Amino acid sequence: MQPANLLLLTIVLSMVAYGLGYARSRSLAMPMGGIRYLKSLPFYYGARAALWCGIPALIVLGLWAAFQGKVIQTLVISSLPQEMLPASEGRASLLLSKISNVANGSLPPGFAEAPILEAAERLKALREQSRLFMSVLVVSVSVLAGFLGWIRVRPAANARTQVEAILKWLFFACAALAILTTVGIIFSVALETFRFFQLIPFTEFFFGSQWSPQTALRADQVAAQGAFGMIPLFTGTLLISAIAMLVAVPVGLLSAIYLSEYANKKVRSVVKPLLEMLAGIPTVVYGFFAALTVAPFISDFAASMGIDASSQSALAAGGVMGIMIIPFVSSLSDDVINAVPQTMRDGSLALGATQSETMKKVIFPAALPGIMGGVLLAVSRAIGETMIVVMAAGLAANLTANPLETVTTVTVQIVTLLTGDQEFDSAKTLAAFALGAMLFLATLLLNVVALKIVRKYREQYD
Amino acid sequence: MTDQRSQAEIVRQSLKRRYRKERRFRAYGILAIAIALSALVVLFTDIIGKGYTGFTKTTITMEVNLDGEMMYLDDATDEKQMKMADFVEPLLQALIKQVPGATEENREAVRDLLNPYASNELREMLQANPDWLGTTQTLTVLAHTDVDVYAKHAGDSAYSIKLSERQQQWVDQLIEKGVVQTSFNDVFFTSGDSRDPSRAGILGAVVGSLLTMIVTLVLSFPIGVAAAIYLEEFAPQNKLTDFIEVNINNLAAVPSIIFGLLGLAVFINLFGMPRSVPVVGGLVLTLMTLPTIIISSRAAIKSVPPSIREAAEGIGASKMQVVLHHVLPLAMPGMLTGSIIGMAQALGETAPLLLIGMVAFIVDVPGGFFESATVLPVQVFLWAGSPELAFIERASAAIMVLLAFLVSMNALAIGLRKRLERRW
Repeated sequence: MQPANLLLLTIVLSMVAYGLGYARSRSLAMPMGGIRYLKSLPFYYGARAALWCGIPALIVLGLWAAFQGKVIQTLVISSLPQEMLPASEGRASLLLSKISNVANGSLPPGFAEAPILEAAERLKALREQSRLFMSVLVVSVSVLAGFLGWIRVRPAANARTQVEAILKWLFFACAALAILTTVGIIFSVALETFRFFQLIPFTEFFFGSQWSPQTALRADQVAAQGAFGMIPLFTGTLLISAIAMLVAVPVGLLSAIYLSEYANKKVRSVVKPLLEMLAGIPTVVYGFFAALTVAPFISDFAASMGIDASSQSALAAGGVMGIMIIPFVSSLSDDVINAVPQTMRDGSLALGATQSETMKKVIFPAALPGIMGGVLLAVSRAIGETMIVVMAAGLAANLTANPLETVTTVTVQIVTLLTGDQEFDSAKTLAAFALGAMLFLATLLLNVVALKIVRKYREQYD
Repeated sequence: MTDQRSQAEIVRQSLKRRYRKERRFRAYGILAIAIALSALVVLFTDIIGKGYTGFTKTTITMEVNLDGEMMYLDDATDEKQMKMADFVEPLLQALIKQVPGATEENREAVRDLLNPYASNELREMLQANPDWLGTTQTLTVLAHTDVDVYAKHAGDSAYSIKLSERQQQWVDQLIEKGVVQTSFNDVFFTSGDSRDPSRAGILGAVVGSLLTMIVTLVLSFPIGVAAAIYLEEFAPQNKLTDFIEVNINNLAAVPSIIFGLLGLAVFINLFGMPRSVPVVGGLVLTLMTLPTIIISSRAAIKSVPPSIREAAEGIGASKMQVVLHHVLPLAMPGMLTGSIIGMAQALGETAPLLLIGMVAFIVDVPGGFFESATVLPVQVFLWAGSPELAFIERASAAIMVLLAFLVSMNALAIGLRKRLERRW
């Protein structure tokens, strides 16, 4: 049976278990004189049976479905004859896809050697077996546990506390998924990064000023060994983020100030949602706008002024990214400005300061730490932003500070290295994970610092 | 005393300057808002201006003589014959009749006005109506992409017209005669991707998005709500709870592309799941939207007043009963609103899906959760990268569809909040 069907079957079985548990508790209660002689309501006896029936079976199903693919692959590969055994992981995956193509029937058997055909047969058989085992195991676990739940329906049993305990654990598991996700991220980038540093020395990655990840695919190929210096990517990311911040911080901050201090309620209720609309537009739309409208406009404009500008200038990507971040900066600063106590405002105004003087000399300094926190969060957004730069910034890793030239960023390189053909062991693919690790660390650091500043600041005026 | 007066004097003298400063500061604020809003306006007009033509298609309507001999076909119900038959010739002959000055000699040039797919259209029509064979019918077929571009953008210097001078004259005359017409582009909404812009549509991407969103919603809503309930109602004050909260807050700010790396390393490489399928896309987007949903659900639970809880506890409800029977139903509107906003975010997300391989060129409309698919924003990305402006036009049109979805989701969220919100 397919996992999806098995899932449905388990759910149906759980429902049956609920019904049976419910009915049994009632029938046990009847001779005693009604359900009030039960320790819990019949609903809880049914629910307990259903949970017992469903949860273990679903855990088994989930684990089996998650790992069966990998186990079968390993079994098939290891059963190949000695001379066919793949030398590297890349070859193994090639061989596997060939085998599974034969097994699926999308590659006619005439195109493959005898051992491949045998392996394909074995793959088919293993898949069948695995599916059968899984079905039998899941169904028997579910029926057995459900039966146990049914047998245990006794008037003296407190089913409610048990159901509640199980639910509480389930809720906890859902909350703990956040930890699991973080662990998964760290595990997935750290492992590959570690392997990357076995191939490429530490110093080259951090201090090299050359980035050209095209490595030779085969050992006998005449091609340059790739260079993996992340400095040009780093400076490119910083350049584009700096341009974005130059747009977003003044515009966002000033509009937040205007909206919170000057605008009347009506203007506020219209302008604020409009500004927030900017945040709701998908990044791919900004990328489209940057690549097809802003970038040609900038290069044409520069050409008409007699300046040479690339058609994938950092200015276009950074400027559009800035527009995207405006609502982020403005809503964070709005919160912070509103958190400054009204007494400070009133005090300053009472001394005869104008509104702008109050803003500049009293509120802004008081709100500054909070605003800084918001800006740091915005910076972390900017360096992690992907689609705008993938579409509007270039691929060439230039070490330059000229906003009219093409630069590339960390996220662009991750996407280019991991889309298209990849071989899992090459330095090229691993480099993407190393870059991902750097990105994760940088944004994590910025976020932790920013959140700390914001929190500290909030406590100050609470 | 004199000193005092001069102080007042100084203040009075400086007032003008200070008021000027005040006005300037105000003007800066208005300018900032104007910049932000004009960016929004420019963005929308640019996309609409580029893409509204994507919603029209160019067709050729003409009298076609379905002569069996010409098509090497004497029975339209015979599968084998239908496969071998010539469906180009009748269309070509019909078009030559319509084009003034065209003869058999320049049949190649005339044929280039027809869409390569037009013969398939004719085959399908004949399959549906086998008795048409041997009769003359008025049929409408797709025009070639070059004709489409010429008909829509003849005067636009940005578009390169690939038709020859003579072909351009022909098309002008055909438009005048009403043979070449533009109409609502139903192809755009009823077909998958294609290498030919005039036949490319978003149905495949929309279905892919729908499947991915179903997976995301089914997983992230219950998990997010459960996690929020735990953290708000049951979590003890200890290090583990703090650690979970720190993790959730950080995950909310992790760049989306990192989730793509996670999906690639864990779901595809470790668990051996297939690439570019909606299930993996949905799993990745679930992990990405969970923090948003948890945070908004917690806010919703927090807003339920303690009096409700106390009343329920007072009549003997257990903690779990208080939560499930009273707090959860009251917090539901807020949770739904937060989830819809999270879903809208996930619907527009592109970067992580690129890494798990949802960027393949896929013609077929996906039929299930385990079939290769792409999603709407990725389709926009693919078309936007094409050098052909006809694809750019369609990318803009697809963006409009995407934005329409997002706007309606957000409107739904706001409406829901307005309708169900309760002030305590």
